[in-house]
Formats: sequence, C-alpha cells, structure tokens
Amino acid sequence: MRIAAIVTRIIQQMKRDKRTLALLFLAPLLVLSLMYFIFNSNGASVTLVVSNAPAPLIDKLKNADFTIIEDDHFTKKQLQNKEYDGWLAISLNERKLTLLNDDPSRAKALTMQLAQILQPTQASTGSLETDYVYGDENTAIFDIFSPMLIGFFVFFFVFLITGIALLKERTSGTLERLLATPIKRSEIVAGYMVGYGLFAFLQTIIIVLFGIYVLDIVHVGSIWLVLLINIVVALVSLSLGALLSSFAASEFQMMQFIPLVIVPQVFFSGIFPLDSMAEWLQNIGRIMPLYYAADALNGVMYKGYSFNDILVNLSILTCFAIVFITLNIISLKKYRSL
Amino acid sequence: MGNCAISIKSLEKNFQHKQVIAPLSLDIPTGQLMGLLGPSGCGKTTLIKMIMGMLKPDNGSIQVLDLVVPHKQLLNDIGYMAQSDALYTDLTGEENLHFFAKLYSLSKAERMKRVDYAASLVRLTDDLQLKVMNYSGGMKRRLSLAIALIQNPKLLILDEPTVGIDPVLKKEIWQELIRLKEEEQKTILVTTHAMDEAEKCDQLAMLRSGHIIAQGTPQELKEHYQAKDFDEVFLKAGGDVR
Repeated sequence: MRIAAIVTRIIQQMKRDKRTLALLFLAPLLVLSLMYFIFNSNGASVTLVVSNAPAPLIDKLKNADFTIIEDDHFTKKQLQNKEYDGWLAISLNERKLTLLNDDPSRAKALTMQLAQILQPTQASTGSLETDYVYGDENTAIFDIFSPMLIGFFVFFFVFLITGIALLKERTSGTLERLLATPIKRSEIVAGYMVGYGLFAFLQTIIIVLFGIYVLDIVHVGSIWLVLLINIVVALVSLSLGALLSSFAASEFQMMQFIPLVIVPQVFFSGIFPLDSMAEWLQNIGRIMPLYYAADALNGVMYKGYSFNDILVNLSILTCFAIVFITLNIISLKKYRSL
Repeated sequence: MGNCAISIKSLEKNFQHKQVIAPLSLDIPTGQLMGLLGPSGCGKTTLIKMIMGMLKPDNGSIQVLDLVVPHKQLLNDIGYMAQSDALYTDLTGEENLHFFAKLYSLSKAERMKRVDYAASLVRLTDDLQLKVMNYSGGMKRRLSLAIALIQNPKLLILDEPTVGIDPVLKKEIWQELIRLKEEEQKTILVTTHAMDEAEKCDQLAMLRSGHIIAQGTPQELKEHYQAKDFDEVFLKAGGDVR
C-alpha cells in the first residue's frame, strides 16, 4: 500500500518531466547509433575471393551481399596487394579463410556472416580454418563491445536519473518528511526500486530492441537473456545511484560521481582486453558490476551462451543489488533510527 | 494516558562539540496548546526533531503519549509540519495530500474525507488542481499544515506554521488550532518567534541557547517579568542568562 503510494507518485512525477523521460529513452539510442556509425563504418560491401567453391555455396554468398571473385589460383600475397577483404579456399577436407583484417570491423563482420552461411554443412566438411594478413582474431571491434555498450547505457542513465531524483528528495526535505510518517525504511527503498525500476525496465527494452533490430548488433543468444541481464544491471545501478546520492549534497556533487564510479567501469568492461592487464589491475575490475554485466552480455550476444553459462555473472550482479539495497535501507537511519 | 503528552527529561544534544540543547526538562500537558518561543538558532527545531525521533539525543529521554521515543506508533499519532515546506512541487496539491494520506494507510473513503477536510481548513480547495510549483509561499505553508492534519493525529507538532502567511489567514489558522484543541482535545506544540502568537498559547516555554529560560502561562510570564508585552518579556528573560 505505502510502496504503491510511492510508485504512483514517482510515475506521476516522471510523466510530467518530459525532458528526463527523453534523456532516459532517447539519449541512449542516439549515442548508441553514433557509436555504431563511428565504429562500424563497413557500409561498403565486402569483397571475398573464393577458390574451388561449389556453385550452391557461391549463390548463397552472393545472396548475402558479398562481392565474389572466383579465382582458383589465388595467393595470400595477391590478397595483400589487391586489398580484398578475404579469401576462402575450399579443398577436399578443409576450408581455409584468409582475412585481410586491415579494418577489424569488416573482418569480423565477414567472419560472422560466413560462419552463418557455412554453418549447416560444417559438420560434414570439417572446421573452418582462419588465417589473418594483419592482426589476429583478438582485434576488438564494435561487435564485441556493443553488447557491453547496451549494458553500459542502461547502467549510466538509470544511475543518473535515480541518483538525482533521490537527491532532490533529500535536499527538498521531502525524504525527511516522509520519514515522519509511519512508512518503513524498507518500504521507501522498495517504492523507489519498483517506481524507477519500471522506467528502467522500459528503457532496457527500448535500448535492447533498438540495438538488435535497428542497429543490427550481433546477437547469437536469446534476446530474453539479454533483457534479463539488463534488468539486473538496471537494479544494480538503481540501488547504487540511490545509495551514492546520500553522499552528495547537490546535483553537481552527484555528477562528480560519474568520473569516479562510471568511467572506470567502462575500462574494465571489455573495450580493452583484460587478459593482457596486470593481475592486480584485473582484480580491480572484479569489484565492478559492469565487469560482470559486460561478460554476461558478451557471452549471450556474441558467443551464444545459455542461461546456465551466465548464471554466475547474474548471481554476482544480484548480490551487488542486494548489498546496495541493504546499504540504502541502513543509510536512511540518518533520518530516523526506526 | 498521563497528564503529560510530552515529557522530556534532562535532554542533551551537541553538534560537533557545540551544545545545542543544554540538559533540558520539559513537560507538555495533554490537551493544551504549548508555545515554544525563542529566537532563530536557539534550538527549537533541534528539540522538535528529537521529539519526532528524527534526531538522536546524546543524553536524556523523551516520552510522547506514554511511549518512549522513538516508537513506531508515535509516527501515526503525531502530525508534523516541518520548518521548510517539504512538498513535491511537480505534483498538484491534491496529489500531495493523497500521497501522504496513503502513507498513513487510510481507507479510500476516509482519505477522500480527510483530504477535503484538510484542504478546506487551510482554504486550498480551489487551488488543489494546481501544481505546487505555482503556489505562493503562503499556500505552500498552508498545504504543509493540511498534510500535518491529514491523518487526524492526537498530537500536532508544528514548526513555525505561520511564517509567510498573511495576517488574515494567520488569524484563521490560530482560530482553527484553538478549535482543534478545545473541541477535539488535541495537544499542540507550536514553535514561533512571533510574539503576538505567544499570547494565544495556554503555556509558553522560552528557549534560548538550548536552555529553557522561562515557562508558564502568558499571563504568568508577563507578571513575573513585569512586562507589558512579550518583546519585553523576552528581552528581560534573555538578560538573565547572560
């Protein structure tokens, strides 16, 4: 009942704050689109040289928007000189793909598309061996970190909006007034979680659908799992934003948490390869919620992980949320000891 | 219930080694209108917050309605009006009233009745559909008072309820406070630094630098200090402390 009162109030307030709604729902889409165009400028079609391929396969490739050059006597040297994107050589028992990889995003896109096309027959013909002219398969690109970007936007915007909303409630004295009524501290926190959680949930759905269907971000795994992860991420950031707002005296001070809390998490969430970092640095990443979120999102969207594969990450994220929520309830003791 | 609605025993509070409330004892009889009088910064709000259970005293104890503060039941029994208006400015007056009414778990029918009553009491019925951000300072004060009355509490604690309210409305609000006391047997604790309001209280406690420097009926105080009005009482009483 009291929780419902808070939820209703939050919905009334949010509905009237059109700009905040726009920030919540449109800003992530705008930034995500920008990033997509900046990192994924492979609009031009991919040129693939094919040696000794059967006709049905060539048709399939042409249907998938590849520019196909058939040449049975091609070499790696030629590939390098002519700057084609890739060379698929098919012999009796193996298939060898050589990628130019001068632009990792193009190479990655090519591999992804090719993998999808070749998949049905893969079992019978053995594996696809991949070779690179430049770099190797670890070259990072938008496809790899776009799943993490989705998680990041959910985290960032939810953090900002709840943090500031709760801060406003603290500075205007309404929180104190609220605590002069018989409401339980846990009811306040629950009301906030549900009220802003609803908006975070909507935002998550919009970002995920936009990312997958409009920007065509690679997703191999289940879209439901992607939504599930992001909802847990939203809960973590909701509770963290609410908690940190108790350490801020003004909106400006709330903003100061962005370089402290948000930006470092970005570094540890998959844009930069973690494996090459020093051990202690990797351990720092392990205390950050976005590290687990990015790992889970990447797993589902890029590697096609199932629920069981991301269970550990999800549990850790849930633990973060529970800890933050508990701390929130405790921190309200500042206003009332009951 | 005993004779005292609020009973404070050797209460002490310091903020960073600065003594805000010196050891202080005060009894507020049930069914009376008690005025807590004092200049700004004398500790009125601190005292009120401790009675509400929003601040923890360093020493001493408070009993309200025979319950030791803090106590959950008390939050239901006390209607509180803070010194600064704590309102949701992006909601309408009505939405604010309903929101707080819901927090007291009033049934829907009762809620409607109380919202109507509280709004008409402070003459806000016609402005209920306006967003609070468009309210004047006085209207906000009145809405805060309406919220304090929303759950029909036994005890009202009002921290400077008439600041920024014009004289006509101020008079009406005082009439209503006196009516609430007499007809509904409510105990009311009001803080003020307006001396004209002091006259209307049954009992007065004068607070200065965390000490109660004088206590009694308005008449008693005036006689004791041989003063014509309360400005004079205050000046004379204040002189004793220094």
